[in-house]
Amino acid sequence: MLSRVADSCFWLSRYIERAETNARLLDVNMQLLLDFEDHNPSTVQMHWQPILATLEDQDLYTKIHDSITPESVMEFVTFERKNPHSVLSCIGNARENARTVREQISSEMWEQINRTFLYLRDGPARSDYHDSPIDFYRQLVDRLHAFQGTTDATMTHGEGWEFLQIGKYLERADSTSRVVDVKYHILLPSGEPVGGNVDITQWMAVLRSCSGMEAYLKIHVGKVTASKVAGFLLLHDDFPRSIRFCVDKMDSALHRISNCEDGHFSNEVERVSGMLRSHLDYTTIESVFSSGLHQFLDTIQLRLADVTKALSETYCNWLDPSQVQSQSQSQQA
Amino acid sequence: MNGLFADYEVGDYFDEMFSAPGEVRGHYAAIAERFAGLQDDEFQKKRILADRSYLSQGITFTVYSGDEGTERIFPFDLIPRVIPADEWSMIERGLVQRLTALNMFLHDVYHDQRILKEGIVPRELIATARHFRPEMQGFDVERGIYIHICGTDLIRDRDGRYLVLEDNGRCPSGVSYVLENRQAMKRVFPNLFAKYSVRPVDRYAQDLLAMLRHIAPHGKPDPTVVVLTPGIYNSAYFEHSFLARSMGIEIVTGNDLVVENKTVYMKTTKGLQKVDVIYRRIDDDFLDPQVFRSDSVLGVPGIFEAYRAGNVSLANAVGTGVADDKVTYYYVPAMIKFYLGEDPILPNVETFLTSNESDRTYVLENLSNLVVKAANESGGYGMLVGPHASKAEIAAFREAILADPRGYVAQPTIQLSRSPSYCEGKVEGRHIDLRPYIICGEKVSIIPGGLTRVALRKGSLVVNSSQGGGSKDTWVLDGEED
Repeated sequence: MLSRVADSCFWLSRYIERAETNARLLDVNMQLLLDFEDHNPSTVQMHWQPILATLEDQDLYTKIHDSITPESVMEFVTFERKNPHSVLSCIGNARENARTVREQISSEMWEQINRTFLYLRDGPARSDYHDSPIDFYRQLVDRLHAFQGTTDATMTHGEGWEFLQIGKYLERADSTSRVVDVKYHILLPSGEPVGGNVDITQWMAVLRSCSGMEAYLKIHVGKVTASKVAGFLLLHDDFPRSIRFCVDKMDSALHRISNCEDGHFSNEVERVSGMLRSHLDYTTIESVFSSGLHQFLDTIQLRLADVTKALSETYCNWLDPSQVQSQSQSQQA
Repeated sequence: MNGLFADYEVGDYFDEMFSAPGEVRGHYAAIAERFAGLQDDEFQKKRILADRSYLSQGITFTVYSGDEGTERIFPFDLIPRVIPADEWSMIERGLVQRLTALNMFLHDVYHDQRILKEGIVPRELIATARHFRPEMQGFDVERGIYIHICGTDLIRDRDGRYLVLEDNGRCPSGVSYVLENRQAMKRVFPNLFAKYSVRPVDRYAQDLLAMLRHIAPHGKPDPTVVVLTPGIYNSAYFEHSFLARSMGIEIVTGNDLVVENKTVYMKTTKGLQKVDVIYRRIDDDFLDPQVFRSDSVLGVPGIFEAYRAGNVSLANAVGTGVADDKVTYYYVPAMIKFYLGEDPILPNVETFLTSNESDRTYVLENLSNLVVKAANESGGYGMLVGPHASKAEIAAFREAILADPRGYVAQPTIQLSRSPSYCEGKVEGRHIDLRPYIICGEKVSIIPGGLTRVALRKGSLVVNSSQGGGSKDTWVLDGEED
């Protein structure tokens, strides 16, 4: 397949996943706020600050807004065109990528993205959002899930599909690492003990934003602890949003593209991805906590960025390495 | 007549549907009945349904105003245009004849130039044609075909006679609308098709691909064929990607291609892959910065050399623009006579060449009655419609003609035929033309009908989409119907 097409499939998929992450984060954060009784401005600000930290958009936000209010953060993360990571910008970018690969993806996939974009930009999205933000975000996540289903059901599971898988799982691994990291950024109110009620509520919110609450409770019946939740979201074998699961899927897709046997590598991206995979395979949650959860997540994010770079050099911009830097930067911007 | 056609005015034109006020032509009877029975709100619902399907499929073009582009669909008029079998068979024969002559002309012009030597076409007009490519001299294109895809615009005069208005032999666009309009009509008026035997159009992509494979270098059996597009910001991008999808082949931009050892390759995830045939939707000027415009960033450096070396085929060939120059157009009937010994089946519109002194005098004296066209523009640009023009516009064209007599032609203002079209709340007659798409491969084939464009602005004779035009589905009826 064309290198440019592979690149577009990868980014198309990442943008869709990123839009979903934003919608989830906002949904959960809003619900969490409802659980608190304290609604004074500084508490509210403390509550929304981590969203911006997680999405690494703080600098841009402060350029546009003077203060942190729930409305302006939600507006910024959902509809703000100046924010390249807002839901609307992500769907817009996904759509532009989809447009360039329309002959690769199915018409149904294109129409799904196109309709979602038109709904957000020109359609009733805003009034839906004002009627009920929670329903709005749920419905948005549904639309994006419908895209995933349409993709699986209508597109040949060939090379283009594999690049979509790589983009999806890489972004999702990154997203889960950021969601878990929110917990690091949220400070416990003074006097609240680690492992106390507030702490546990926060961990449950983290689970919910990964759609992991029910799955978690089936495994760890009735017991929510930091170590168990983090272990579940980072290292679980089969939960589809755990970092390890996502990295496994990403690595397998890479190997299907090259026909290289699992556990071996035939190019740079497989080597980098394989190292990350085995790192996760041989990590325990106790060792993560003893060396620091935040540091661990940081490393994961950096190594996922290495995979992105190696993917581009291996498959997309192999002919002219000078393009690599500018290409991936402009895509991420 | 009742309903939508109640107050319909036929006017002093050839009307496609009505032979006289209230008199529906036979081949429109079932359509008249169906539409007359529609309530206005039902009709509106169907319009919205059709528009929405274009929008969600992304069959749009972008209008930029401010920093955010808005997407518009090309207006689609629901009332179809119908062509009876016998009329179509005459059109078909006329177009096959015309394209055969045009391809023979191109071969001749780039080889022995017999037609110039014998004085049928003045040598000077060819030498000064903007799209004449001396680089093509003496080069044998694969299978001798130059124009592989042509969009020839036909109009009907007041007597309903079909006339050729112009040939688009470089990168004609619009065929995707022919196919999408049919889909939209089937969605919106499924039952109407049962009352007619309408010839299908959906084999176009297969015909196109068969032709592209036919022109592979050295008759290579399983060639790699691609569509070359300027990119997603081109107004016809939807069509480029539509055609690539319909043929199941790759769509590439100039950056995806690279030339090494006079061979064209595309950059893939598995390395370089050789490309044999390119359906290019980039004009000659932008094709190869090493040979044509050096500032082009859309093209592929070295591609022309690969082409001349016979390692890649291009459709259309380089240099076909000399045949759709509006001055060359004047000579097409003579070409048909010269190469085929036949009389043209489809006549030209009467045309005056401002490079001829006597014609020029006449044209300058009658600018307010004539249509003047720049010889090398398309898309309705560089055009003066005398009866609708202001004094200042007429004066500007007078200057332009005097400064560059070779650059213009003039034609009488033809009152194009009209077809009932829905505009601003009611059905009124609007002027239309017809662009059939002709594919020249192993044989010349034409999908039944083509794109009927309609000038939706009241009184306008300009049907181009860039000038407020829309389109209609075009139905060619099966032989048994008549």
